[in-house]
Amino acid sequence: MNGHSAIRNPQSAIPITFTLNGKPVSLGVDPAARLLDTLRYQLALTGTKEGCGEGECGACTVYLDGVPVNSCLVPTYQVRGQRVETVESLEPGALEPFERCGATQCGACTPGVVMTASWIREHPELLATHSIRELMAGNLCRCTGYDGIVDSVAEALREPGSGKRDT
Amino acid sequence: MRRREALAKLTGRERYVDDLPLDDFLWGMTVRSPAPRGRVTAIRFGTDIAWPEFVVVDHRDIPGPNVVALIEQDQPVLAAGYVRHVHEPVLLLAHPSREALRRAARSIEVVVAPEPPALDFRAPPGPAEIQYGTDNVLKRLQIVKGDVERALARAAVVVSGTYETGAQEHVYLEPQGMIASFEGAVLVVKGSMQCPYYVLKALQHALAREEALVRVIQTPTGGGFGGKEEFPSHIALHAALLALKSGRPVKLIYDRGEDMAATTKRHPALVRHRTGLGRDGRLLAQDIEVVIDGGAYVTLSPVVLSRAIIHAAGPYACDHVRISGRAMFTNAVPFGAFRGFGAPQSQFAGERHMDVIARTLGMDAVELRRINLLADGQSTATGQVIQDGTDRLAVMERALELSRYREKQRGHAAFNATHATLRRGSGLATFYHGAGFTGGGEVALQSRVRVAGRPDGRIEVLSANIEMGQGTLTVFTELAAARLGVAPEDVTVAEADTARVPNSGPTVASRTTMIVGGLLERAADDLRRRVGLDDTARGAAVQQAIRRWHREHPGEPLVGEAAYERPPGIAWDDTTYRGDAYGAFAWAAYVAEVEVDLRTCATRVIDFVAVQEVGKVLNPTLAKGQVQGGVVQGIGWALMEECKWREGAMANNQLTNYLIPTSDDVPSVRVAFLENPYPHGAGGAKGLGELPIDGPAPAIANAVARATGADPRAIPLTPEKLMELLEIADFGLRIADSAP
Repeated sequence: MNGHSAIRNPQSAIPITFTLNGKPVSLGVDPAARLLDTLRYQLALTGTKEGCGEGECGACTVYLDGVPVNSCLVPTYQVRGQRVETVESLEPGALEPFERCGATQCGACTPGVVMTASWIREHPELLATHSIRELMAGNLCRCTGYDGIVDSVAEALREPGSGKRDT
Repeated sequence: MRRREALAKLTGRERYVDDLPLDDFLWGMTVRSPAPRGRVTAIRFGTDIAWPEFVVVDHRDIPGPNVVALIEQDQPVLAAGYVRHVHEPVLLLAHPSREALRRAARSIEVVVAPEPPALDFRAPPGPAEIQYGTDNVLKRLQIVKGDVERALARAAVVVSGTYETGAQEHVYLEPQGMIASFEGAVLVVKGSMQCPYYVLKALQHALAREEALVRVIQTPTGGGFGGKEEFPSHIALHAALLALKSGRPVKLIYDRGEDMAATTKRHPALVRHRTGLGRDGRLLAQDIEVVIDGGAYVTLSPVVLSRAIIHAAGPYACDHVRISGRAMFTNAVPFGAFRGFGAPQSQFAGERHMDVIARTLGMDAVELRRINLLADGQSTATGQVIQDGTDRLAVMERALELSRYREKQRGHAAFNATHATLRRGSGLATFYHGAGFTGGGEVALQSRVRVAGRPDGRIEVLSANIEMGQGTLTVFTELAAARLGVAPEDVTVAEADTARVPNSGPTVASRTTMIVGGLLERAADDLRRRVGLDDTARGAAVQQAIRRWHREHPGEPLVGEAAYERPPGIAWDDTTYRGDAYGAFAWAAYVAEVEVDLRTCATRVIDFVAVQEVGKVLNPTLAKGQVQGGVVQGIGWALMEECKWREGAMANNQLTNYLIPTSDDVPSVRVAFLENPYPHGAGGAKGLGELPIDGPAPAIANAVARATGADPRAIPLTPEKLMELLEIADFGLRIADSAP
């Protein structure tokens, strides 16, 4: 698969099953493998990016049972029986406000940004207690200065369908 | 037009270097020096590693000269028995398993017999620390206009000040990386980079390969900001050496920690001003000294110094100016290109100094700028007569108006008089940025762009200028479409592959839109002429003529080309540093409003207004995004981004302890453009990308001074530093204006 292998020692591989983007997946993983590497190198889902490897930048954001997490901090064996969703699961049509408002420049932070942003869009009740800027503060962007991102989230919240998803 | 590649980026489909499918490859890794200076006396390999599984490369494996070709040929690809900075590459390893590589690299001990390092660029080096020339000066430059000593002697008032700026890490979100492989005899290197032809040149030189046997392809680049200008040549060489030795594809991707520790940063700088003024506040003499830390190799420091001194006097009229610049050798990890390229450092000093002057004279800081801003017909420090028709006062006025500067000043006075713990203030910076290479640089580059007509009538733009988030793909599409009157959907921009695209120069210096875009327009005109049409032909007529040409010339390529020509009336003398330093300057005035919490000494920017004149704005969304991103990077540099040093290397090389602004740390950045089309820029545009990082730091420091009464002379102005300044202010002490 993609010439990569996340399994350093086949003897120690742990067999696990989880749901990835709505489909069941079974595979053997190294006990030390990070979810980020399993997704990228074992399952060839390269949309999820590594920006820092220590949970600071948010570029590797995925949903674990519906909640955004930094996949660089999640050991893969821990997702047994859980639902994992990546940027590849998002509906491209819903990303139109992000295209229009300048939410992406270089694109390296972008998958993580749209994952967090889409989650906010599904939970507009959060805006009663938090600002968009607070909710997006876990996703570092070095290009946009954040206005394009914040404007896009605000626009996306105005679109029909916001808040519909049940997680 | 919307960003061309936006949807690919938003959906995660865009493939960066670490995302490319690759079979049967090895991971590469770099083993580095643990010491800042000394002879390598031994390299000890761990005994518990299965070394026959590993590919190991050292300097003896380099086929050509052991040099990363750049301005000077002084930096080795791999240290050959002697190291000059911590993290200098010594060995390269490759193995199919990244984890095995990490273990192996950790097991290696590079033993260095230490020699005294030079670590403080501000202090004269001790005799044992001299390693470059007789005084560790990498480069000396001077600008002289008029007679500064005489003018200073006659001035009613002389105001002096010393200012310092710290290093800054780029933190492009995609760490650096390269893949090297072979297609037959041709070495193919793909990766994240700003300058494919720099990488090509470096590979050819050190690997002693002819150009036909090397091919460099830029992959979608996740941010650069200058950090991917010269450094990618090193990684490309390292990956290529491992691929040469192993005969297999090699992928060398830095993680964040290695990227922050081993790659370049913004040059730290020390700037001294001695300014002579009339009683009315008119600038009579500017005597400026600029010193930058170059680090352990020359890299791009001479040209960074050049841009720093040319911008040091600010956008003001003054008849007597002397600017002396020095780039110092130290045993620090070499500093390099970073957005602004020296100008942010010297303009921080200049614009902070303007406010210090105003305070000394008891004068209004706006008024001081108003009477000194360059008017058309007046000249800069290099003697470049400005006559572009831009109303620089109007740029400043618009910033004051949008920020409600006067009204807020009154409000701040009332707020500060009554609030127990918060202090507010606004600060202004007026500044400029020259676009394109300095002086004769653009002529020397001999840039070429091609525009091809395809058999189906579609248009393809071929250039070596790359997309790294700043919008090249979109703007080039728009320019070609507008020039030929075709639909943007009928325009493609070729991948920056040196086997296909001409050398249109590096993607740096705010030159891509203004200069390369201008070549693109002329190449499009040339294409039109080649199919027998004049420059008025547009749209369907052009596409029909292209299709007809291909029917008449089956199998032949149809390509229009343009090469750089200096705009008329531009002259520069590199020996005297006199003349027209840049084809055009962009002009700006920024206002920052800050709130300082006296309990924590933390400064928060609560409003930011950025007004600039950048010629014609080609794509408003992209242009605004560039300014907002630059401003926020500038806010980080001003307030929070602090490199901590240990033996000349970054000790806080993590995003956990090197903090960059989050969305919650910054306000919305309010952007306005005044447009005065530049006749020699593409579509009337001037360079824009770097300008916005010049202004935020001085505007913020000036605002903090207003808010608190402190007198900040150095950035980053972290809470710890501001606390020291406020303690000094509390005790009623004046801040000594002495050199460190």
